[in-house]
Amino acid sequence: MKNLIALFLLLLSFGGAASEGIELQKANVDLSSNDSLQRGAKHFVTYCLGCHSIKHIRYLRIALDINVDPKKILKDIAPEGANIYDQLHSAMNAHDAEKWFGIQPPDLSLIARSRGADWLYSYLKSYYIDPKSPRGVNNLIFEDTAMPNPLWQLQGDQHAEPKKNIWGKEYTKLVLEKPGTLSEGEFDIFVNDLVNFLVYAGEPVQLERQRIGKYAIFFILMFIVVAYLLKKEYWKDID
Amino acid sequence: MKRSRITEVNDWFLERFPLTKLWNEHMAHYYAPKNFNFWYFFGSLALLVLVNQILTGIFLTMNYKPDAKLAFDSVEYIMRDVNWGWLIRYMHSTGSSAFFIVVYLHMFRGLLYGSFKHPRELIWIFGMLLFVALMAEAFMGYLLPWGQMSYWGAQVIISLFSAIPVIGDDLSLWLRGDYVVSDATLNRFFAFHVIAVPLALVMLVFLHIVALHEVGSNNPDGIEIKKLKDPWGHPVDGIPFHPYYTVKDLVGVGVFMLFFATVIFYMPEMGGYFLEHANFIPADPMKTPEHIAPVWYFTPFYAILRAIPDKFAGVIGMGGAIVVLFLLPWLDRSPVKSIRYRGGIYKKALCLFVISFLALGYLGTQPATPTATIFARLFTTIYFGFFLLMPIYTRWEKTKPVPKRLTKVHSLEEQLHTLEEQLPTLIEEITVLKPAATEIGHSAFKGSSFTRQPNPEGIKNVISRLVKKVKGSLD
Repeated sequence: MKNLIALFLLLLSFGGAASEGIELQKANVDLSSNDSLQRGAKHFVTYCLGCHSIKHIRYLRIALDINVDPKKILKDIAPEGANIYDQLHSAMNAHDAEKWFGIQPPDLSLIARSRGADWLYSYLKSYYIDPKSPRGVNNLIFEDTAMPNPLWQLQGDQHAEPKKNIWGKEYTKLVLEKPGTLSEGEFDIFVNDLVNFLVYAGEPVQLERQRIGKYAIFFILMFIVVAYLLKKEYWKDID
Repeated sequence: MKRSRITEVNDWFLERFPLTKLWNEHMAHYYAPKNFNFWYFFGSLALLVLVNQILTGIFLTMNYKPDAKLAFDSVEYIMRDVNWGWLIRYMHSTGSSAFFIVVYLHMFRGLLYGSFKHPRELIWIFGMLLFVALMAEAFMGYLLPWGQMSYWGAQVIISLFSAIPVIGDDLSLWLRGDYVVSDATLNRFFAFHVIAVPLALVMLVFLHIVALHEVGSNNPDGIEIKKLKDPWGHPVDGIPFHPYYTVKDLVGVGVFMLFFATVIFYMPEMGGYFLEHANFIPADPMKTPEHIAPVWYFTPFYAILRAIPDKFAGVIGMGGAIVVLFLLPWLDRSPVKSIRYRGGIYKKALCLFVISFLALGYLGTQPATPTATIFARLFTTIYFGFFLLMPIYTRWEKTKPVPKRLTKVHSLEEQLHTLEEQLPTLIEEITVLKPAATEIGHSAFKGSSFTRQPNPEGIKNVISRLVKKVKGSLD
């Protein structure tokens, strides 16, 4: 039995070791912050929609969910000529995309659900100058990514520096070489807003389901109390 | 007295259909042992989940499109644009995992109390057929969202059939309807998932229950209550299923729904176990995901498949892991049913089996590294050892005498009450009174106040007693 427990512990330990990789930075996801979501939506349309669609959501739904007047969302956020019932479709056609990037940029509706917020946040912050790469940049999180850094003007240029931690383990540190139009702090908030919006777009109903969940669970608790009392009443003469 | 219209209609109906007879036979006059415990909730819960899956499934079908081009988008359409579609979909996706949790616990109950033994072999066989049908249902349903994991999971599993010698390749081609998983596969899986297999499931549930009600339910003591009847012909240790167990199961339903709703509303993905992350990417036949793992409920069998080096032998092993379950009633040679009166070997064997099943489940979700494979082989051996050595160790071990009547069950309240009574002595034992260190230092305060501090000696005693008790219960 003792051996078995030891074996089991060993088993758990290599499971942990197998998932070792580059440590992700934590995104601060807050779907209740309409300000952040509004900024994120604006950033998305400005910097991402050129190539990436979010075809599973419409401007109207966004307007209702993040509390913006539908007219205002068309004026401030949506590209010129968009209809409130439109889904967020990219204007780039697939044929051109494949010619330019080698692949068609994926629809980002569910990217936050498949990759996770922390991954997206880290990914967008981890571009660095790499002369060997065909696009001149590379990414620490997603090596040889086909996507050029869309936020380079904001972030500035980073380069990778090999370092060693106190245990002598090698890792790569990204150092800002040439500052962009945003300061480091501002850029973090910018990326965070964008990620926050993508998390929202991945499952627009999140806040709604958490709100309804409270009532559902309260109702079920009441049901358990009634059912239990009923059971007790019926069973009192059974020994 | 003048007969009312309602009574007349009622009589007209009952003269033509034995509704009262059916109700009495299966509910009001069906006598069940009165000592059912926690483990006996999962049968009725499995039925509840089946109803949930059928109802939510019907609503999903109204908006789902079984077409390789439209399937993925139609699921997102349900999640976003269909009113309450997200709730229905989460009820269905969480329901499938809940189904397996409930069914695994239901089967474990059978192993605990020997519910598969004479005269209930046929109930077990029907139950196993249900389990196989359920696995088929879940496997085919998983393809329908047409995500990456749907696609590649189906690709991997169907390709297993090609390992069968001679007919393998043609067989897998016939199953898929194409050389790879494609629209043709999706369409036939849809047909099987929404009508063929559910029909089989419902019919098997019917057979399972009819067979159960013919011989009567087993119980935690493994005693046949029908052997001892009162002058009216009712088992002395039995109580009518309705109302006693209907109201009791209602409590179980409530507690189950509490967990179910918590998952649906607060963690529908369950950390990637109920809804896998890779399945939020549409199926792409040109891009294999780095790591293909089936949904958690298949992982024990998947781990067995991977543990065996040869592909065909692996398929046999995986199939054998399920086939061997069918043989359980004849592998077990013990004269007693319940684990309460079995010897220590069965208890330890069952314990090992549970550990290896859970470990295989975990290993099935992980990449097959060389170390993981060694462990998977070890646990596969234990899995099969539990069943194949059963004829030897169950005959060999010494069992305890089985009582004539059911033993008394202690209700939750009684248990809480005894715990409440024991608590002060327990606290007395694990703590020691010490004079409080008074910071004021005035002599008047000294010795007047005490604090309780943990007593290492006492804690050690309590733990060693507990360990002895656990060890004793395994003998």
